[in-house]
Amino acid sequence: MTAEPEAAEREATDEESATGGANVLGNKGAAAFVAPAAGLIGLFLVFPALWTLYLALTNMRLTGLAAAEPQFVGLENFLNAVSEGEFLNSLYVTLIFVLGSAVIGQAFLGFTLAWILRDWRGWQRQAFEVLAIVAWIIPASVVAFLWIALLDGDSGTLNTLSPVNVDWLLEYPLLSIIFFNTWRGTAFSMLLFSAALNSMPPSHLETARLAGASFWQQLRDVILPSIRGHILTTLLLISLWTFNLFTPYLITAGGPGSQTETLPIYIYNVALSNGRLGFGAAISAIMLVINLIIAWIYLRVVGKQDA
Amino acid sequence: MLRRSWRTALILLVLVLAAAACGGDGENEGSGEDLPGADLGGGTENAAASTENGGGGGGAADGEAVNISIIENAVRGGKNAATAAWLLEDVIPAFEQRMADEGQNVTVELVEGGTGDDDYKTRLALDLRVGEGADIMGFDQFWLSEFNAAGYLAPLEEIVGPQVSDWEGWDAIPEAVQGSLVLEDQRYGIPFGTDGRVLFFRKDVFEQAGLPTDWQPESWQDILEAGRTIQQAMPDVVPLQFNAGQSMGEATTLQGFVPILLGTGVELYEGQWQGNTEGLQQALGFFDTVYSEGLGDADLQLRGDARDRTFEMFANGQIGVLAESDYLWRSVIAPEEGLFPVQNRDEVIGYAKIPAMEPGAGIRDEDFVSASGGTGRVMNPNTQHPEIAWEFLKELGSQEAVQAFVEREPRITARTDVNEQALEGQPMLSFVAEEVLPVTWYRPGFQEYPQVSEVIQQTVEDVVADRSAVDAAAQAYEQALIEIVGQENVGGGQ
Repeated sequence: MTAEPEAAEREATDEESATGGANVLGNKGAAAFVAPAAGLIGLFLVFPALWTLYLALTNMRLTGLAAAEPQFVGLENFLNAVSEGEFLNSLYVTLIFVLGSAVIGQAFLGFTLAWILRDWRGWQRQAFEVLAIVAWIIPASVVAFLWIALLDGDSGTLNTLSPVNVDWLLEYPLLSIIFFNTWRGTAFSMLLFSAALNSMPPSHLETARLAGASFWQQLRDVILPSIRGHILTTLLLISLWTFNLFTPYLITAGGPGSQTETLPIYIYNVALSNGRLGFGAAISAIMLVINLIIAWIYLRVVGKQDA
Repeated sequence: MLRRSWRTALILLVLVLAAAACGGDGENEGSGEDLPGADLGGGTENAAASTENGGGGGGAADGEAVNISIIENAVRGGKNAATAAWLLEDVIPAFEQRMADEGQNVTVELVEGGTGDDDYKTRLALDLRVGEGADIMGFDQFWLSEFNAAGYLAPLEEIVGPQVSDWEGWDAIPEAVQGSLVLEDQRYGIPFGTDGRVLFFRKDVFEQAGLPTDWQPESWQDILEAGRTIQQAMPDVVPLQFNAGQSMGEATTLQGFVPILLGTGVELYEGQWQGNTEGLQQALGFFDTVYSEGLGDADLQLRGDARDRTFEMFANGQIGVLAESDYLWRSVIAPEEGLFPVQNRDEVIGYAKIPAMEPGAGIRDEDFVSASGGTGRVMNPNTQHPEIAWEFLKELGSQEAVQAFVEREPRITARTDVNEQALEGQPMLSFVAEEVLPVTWYRPGFQEYPQVSEVIQQTVEDVVADRSAVDAAAQAYEQALIEIVGQENVGGGQ
């Protein structure tokens, strides 16, 4: 998974050199090599996506008459979705969630931690890394339970330890899951950023320092430009993951009301709890398009940098 | 140039799908792209039991090992623990022994679960949709219409054969009760039990607040007065709990909203679905009063674990009055096997009939109202062993088995021959059987009902959480009703 964006990057650059080079394999040979992978991708990725699109054009339900004989309804599901307050609310919640927990939370905090850790050596660094990674590798259901125990209004750890008495999951539900996801995912971006910082030749920073650059100038003019590709890759990955994340359901179930109903949770609620499979599929298709747009924007920026 | 952008687009598509699919494996079950996959995932887990020995075909030959399975939303030591224990310790061993005596090697597996009733229903629907699932399924009577309309179920006679009507057990089950699992004169399963809704109250709370411990309210006003008295005397106790959020699913509809609506003389369906009636506004107004005065805990309704939390609080004496099914009494707070046992239940928990808005204002001009549901077991049409499954289904509904159940957890069963003894020495259940069931109400058997029920939950929550005024909520209810059943099927609007 982590390798793929880099592979994509490589492919984009390879392509430019290949356009002038000789075609060693021949088209048929190339097709034969690609066929098994393309077949698998078609079967497990493209076909489900197309099936989702088909479902999105019907009124299929999980139970009832519309489960046995779904009717073709054209674009009705899509029109309902964009005119329904619930979908727009869910989209809004999702964007806040991605911005708060992925971009600001995980990426920013991850970079900060990686920066602080860059000079650390020995057991302190290892201990810190292990702690951060533990947050990342514990199964989601366990983590969800721990966070409920932490934030519970009646007997939560946080309320017990602090003088305040707030029902966090009811009064600040969105903030709660943003903190939760930041806590959970920061280790991953920290690792990526650490690797990126380590790959920077120390001489660059030395030179900048000798030239009298302040910390902010070093950051802006030396560090960020040299690891720009890594930053974009990390942002792409964690934004897509967060956008598609279902784990907050385990903590708030989308509630109270629909205050934490991100798109994946909204889809689960309409498609499985309410049984509106067709409508859920329509939202899924919209999500797919949004995913594509996010990826497209990021790759455009990366592409520009390479060129 | 064009070719290049196409390739970029293709790479993009693959990348995004891969990201989505990876998410789906681990923690992203809600992601849209894997909806069809979700069907399979839900199905395969407990389908294994019925397909393990799938090669056997219809009637297994003598001596050949046969595995069948039953799924219940019951788990040892947890939700509906008595049901799980009854199956594992009483019925299944007895059945396996009986089959062995007849020369057949049969093993029955119980697929346990302890989840919300709506999730359990979704699981059954997903299993059946892909032609999988346990052979026998614990089932709530009001799901029958929608499951049948979806083509998930089939009449017993179709699956098993004409011998279904020969079972002598049918004689012990009143026609009306059998009707809960009958559609168009065809039997789909064997009913097991019924229930009734009452007001449970904590006698210790009432005593401290200076209220009578033999409380029987005659009107909504009496309920509200009692609530206000408790609020004054014991600020730490939530005086009243009428389930009111989407989180509690059907329990909000049937425990909270319906008994209140019925108290205004209006039913959900009276030849037509009833829209924005005066009764609807009065009922929503009651919820508005309870929660805006702080007689009920509005935040509690919004919690993901609202129902369990309610049970726990009531068991701990933190809730004064709770509208619930007798299920609360016999299962949730039962001293031995309850989920939240109350050791001195019989002394500290009182119960009263649910009054209409005013005496005589209820449906059929009754002074008191209630609502009932029913449970039973249906057969999966995809079963590999219909004859063995039928033998097991009969065993589950037999007098000995039902008798064994009520010895674990006294309840009103479908069998009259068991009820006669089971209710002896059970004042609470006799109260339900004698006082509540005569005035009770059953849900209309339409495949649209569950959708209407969801709208009810949403409507009540909107009022309780102060998102809508009563007027607006009632109008939104009618609008949503029209979208579900069509304008021509909605009446009673203003």
